[in-house]
Amino acid sequence: MFEVIFFSLIVVAGTAGELCVSRAMKAIGEVHDFRPSALVKVFLNALRVKWMWIGVGLMAVGFFSLLAILSFENVSFVVPVTALSYVGGALGGRFFLGERVNWRRWTGILLVCVGVTLVVIGKG
Amino acid sequence: MTSHKRLHLKTYLMILVMVVAGPLGNLMLGKGMKNIGKITTKISSPGEFVHVFGRILASGTIWLGIAALLTFFVAYMLVLSWADYSYVQPASSMAYPVVALLATLLLDEVVSPIRWVGIAIICLGVSVVGHTNPRTTENP
Repeated sequence: MFEVIFFSLIVVAGTAGELCVSRAMKAIGEVHDFRPSALVKVFLNALRVKWMWIGVGLMAVGFFSLLAILSFENVSFVVPVTALSYVGGALGGRFFLGERVNWRRWTGILLVCVGVTLVVIGKG
Repeated sequence: MTSHKRLHLKTYLMILVMVVAGPLGNLMLGKGMKNIGKITTKISSPGEFVHVFGRILASGTIWLGIAALLTFFVAYMLVLSWADYSYVQPASSMAYPVVALLATLLLDEVVSPIRWVGIAIICLGVSVVGHTNPRTTENP
């Protein structure tokens, strides 16, 4: 039961966090200047975007959920299952960021799901 | 050495850092958390939560894990500044078999053959995802 809760939090909160950060970075605009002073400016601009704060908060929830599940499950089981975040990422990208997910990307995501299923079956 | 060769060498080096640092970070987090014990049975009051949280923050193994994951993240960001996302992402999926291999060697975890097959299929899936167009929306 706890496994399901923590994996859901890792995938949902972690992915939602990344999507929020991605949305914040899109709001800031593409970074062209990689000089340290310009990067500091980008960083300070990022702190002014509310999506960045929401994203970092959600990613922290995902990270602490990962720590929690690692306290009682093997790392060789936990890490491959977290690949489910590709599914969350594709769904979130499609519906939250308006990205076009083509059949090839869906095929890859389906393969990830099959792989994760085998990893879970292989646990027993 | 030509600039082309140097770029390849730099890319392989960064991917090697990613494939080693990421799994090592996860391994150390796993080891550190196992030392703390199953937290779902340890936390039944706010006081115990604070106690367990304090033990996590005081664990050197967990901080080493976080440092390794930060190293992974920096290498990932750096390599993305010159290499294609569709090249880097499939290469970074090698972290899945590496974490399983290191867990069997260093933490004595048992990985069944069916789990190895599952990990291989996950790598294939990530590779297929990575070979799609990294940008599907217009520039803002």
